[in-house]
Amino acid sequence: ISLRHQIVPGHNQGQGVRPLSLAGHVGFDSLPDQLVNKSICQGFCFNILCIGETGIGKSTLMDTLFNTNFENLESSHFEPQVKLHAQTYDLQESNVRLRLTVVNTVGFGDQMNKQESYQPVVDYIDRQFESYLQEELKIKRSLHNYHDSRVHACLYFISPSGHSLKSLDLVTMKKLDSKVNIIPVIAKADTISKSELHKFKIKIMSELVSNGVQIYQFPLDDETVAKVNTTMNGHLPFAVVGSTEEVSVGNKMVKARQYPWGVVQVENESHCDFVKLREMLICVNMEDLREQTHTRHYELYRRCKLEEMGFKDTDPECKPVSLQQTYEAKRQEFLVELQKREDEMRQMFVQRVKEKESELKEAERDLQGRFEQLKRLHADEKAALEEKKRLLDEDQSSFGKRRAAAQLLQAQSLTANGKKDKDRKK
Amino acid sequence: MLVLALENHTVCTDLFGYVGIEAVLDQMRRKTMKVGLEFNIMVVGQSGLGKSTLVNTLFKSKVSRKSCTPNCEEKISKTVKLHSVSHVIEEKGMKMKLTVIDTPGFGDQINNENCWEPIVKHINEQYEKYLREELHINRKRRIPDSRVHCCIYFLPATGHRLRPIDVEFMKRVGKIVSIVPVIAKADTLTIEERQEFKERIRQDLAANGIRVYPQKEYDDDPEERILNDRIRESIPFAVVGTDKEHQVNGNKVLGRKTKWGIIEVENVAHCEFANLRDLLIRSHLQDLKDVTHNIHYETYRVRRLNESNMNFSELGLSARPLENGTADTSESESHL
Repeated sequence: ISLRHQIVPGHNQGQGVRPLSLAGHVGFDSLPDQLVNKSICQGFCFNILCIGETGIGKSTLMDTLFNTNFENLESSHFEPQVKLHAQTYDLQESNVRLRLTVVNTVGFGDQMNKQESYQPVVDYIDRQFESYLQEELKIKRSLHNYHDSRVHACLYFISPSGHSLKSLDLVTMKKLDSKVNIIPVIAKADTISKSELHKFKIKIMSELVSNGVQIYQFPLDDETVAKVNTTMNGHLPFAVVGSTEEVSVGNKMVKARQYPWGVVQVENESHCDFVKLREMLICVNMEDLREQTHTRHYELYRRCKLEEMGFKDTDPECKPVSLQQTYEAKRQEFLVELQKREDEMRQMFVQRVKEKESELKEAERDLQGRFEQLKRLHADEKAALEEKKRLLDEDQSSFGKRRAAAQLLQAQSLTANGKKDKDRKK
Repeated sequence: MLVLALENHTVCTDLFGYVGIEAVLDQMRRKTMKVGLEFNIMVVGQSGLGKSTLVNTLFKSKVSRKSCTPNCEEKISKTVKLHSVSHVIEEKGMKMKLTVIDTPGFGDQINNENCWEPIVKHINEQYEKYLREELHINRKRRIPDSRVHCCIYFLPATGHRLRPIDVEFMKRVGKIVSIVPVIAKADTLTIEERQEFKERIRQDLAANGIRVYPQKEYDDDPEERILNDRIRESIPFAVVGTDKEHQVNGNKVLGRKTKWGIIEVENVAHCEFANLRDLLIRSHLQDLKDVTHNIHYETYRVRRLNESNMNFSELGLSARPLENGTADTSESESHL
């Protein structure tokens, strides 16, 4: 349900806005009821972020606030970094349906080095804004059905040391104050005495002021609630005690913590500020928290994001520029950039091909050279061998001649000897 | 009172005791009263059908100036000129900025072709104005809403059927704005004539595919459907308007006095003015605004952004990709 497209009449938006008196009952005073009926059909959405050290009582406080058991397991102290754990519940009281999302920081304050502890929280909050922005900028969108996951309230749990804020607290809250509505609470307030508590609260508030941390101020513009809100603003930060266990006090069962020395009653306003917190957070200002998230924190995020992307409302000459013009310009830029990169890639590709080609040519030339060399070697060897063969042939032929000559001589000598023998016989 | 958990499928126990969630209803009421409301209504019909009188009767004050007053010297204009007047009225702490957009000259010419064009142009111009404001980097907290929430179309009580000009107008304009047709000066029809006339008109509307408010497709839940079905069965409302009061049975009532009797405007046995008033103001005022914002305006926006090819996800809107991969889904959804 959006109240955002309505205007405060009386701001003269143009001419001719005259007040008129009615001659009878028209009936548009039923508009708030019409709106409320629609909202009942649609249901409400509320998202709370709880930041605090492990074991400080975040889950217990949530259980106590919403009178139910959200079944959160105890977290370990040995998480390597801060994680955010979100769970969504559907609650119903009479005919009002509430979709409640509780986000817990797991492992906050446990690490040795806490410098980056705030970052996952900031990232989570930004992610929800981003999600909404993307939906809002879609062409086909359905904002009225959108499950709003943006953080509406941030409960920051302060350790009941009794002295002052820790530097981790200051740093974290400073990073978050422009992104979310911060409501600081003092946890486990039953460990501080009344006088110490008073001094502690003053110290905390002055530290917040001197460090420029903007916490959520309960709104004062509606006369019906201005008085109670002003009083409550003076009680910040709320000192709370959480408990889901019931103890018998008098003849009633009340939510309380039982100690040997007494019973701390959660809903007793002189014991702790729990009732004040519930009043402020849920009964009086839930709608305002949601509206502040949308009109202030989300708008800031959106503005920064779009400006970061280069969108402006006025060009350098301070003439108003429509989003379309800027968009067209950006798109041109973007396409030119794409084109440039494409050309670059193409050039690089051509370059590489050339290089490879020349490499290959080089290699081919090498190979050719070696081939020629081998060929020459081969030819030389062959010539040498031919020479040897010729010599061998010559040798062979001369040897053959000599043998032939020797044989002839032998034959001649034989015939000469035969004649001699014949002569003797006679 | 059951408590259920989504996504992680943990089932919780009941809410025991008071939390205070229902106080949010009061917070909402207070906020609405403080912020006030803007309502823009357009009246379309030939001159002499009692448009200004009806608007004055609806809002029980001199919101519109009647064009038949003796001091009025306006000639019938050659083209349809739109004339809007704003007033601030207050009732029991609820402030309303009411803007009535009159369309003198509609249907008055001999040749009435395209007489709806200035009207269509005006309606689209208001959407455009809103869209531009919505797309600004530095936006106003509350964007001024000049969009036409409701267009009352006046049908002359001929007793026959819809005329070509009626069909043409309602076909075209019914696509971009919520049209509520009414039978004007219905005191010229008897009850039976009126019923037959309405039946024929409903047939004609269905035959031409004209969707008038409340449109069947936008009924959210069965209860609403039943309620709206009843309304759909009795449109167009046969209305009579007047700002004069007469004495009837010792009471002062709004009525038209004739020789044959007094027609009581707010008497449902006489005419259906009270039904129209209840529909427009007492029960569906917020719904008219919602339908304009969530449906008609969104349709216009989709068309405009597609025309100018403004697809933000093309530019890689998210500098960091979202961890759970929604960046991808949103991109694929935006590409129509």
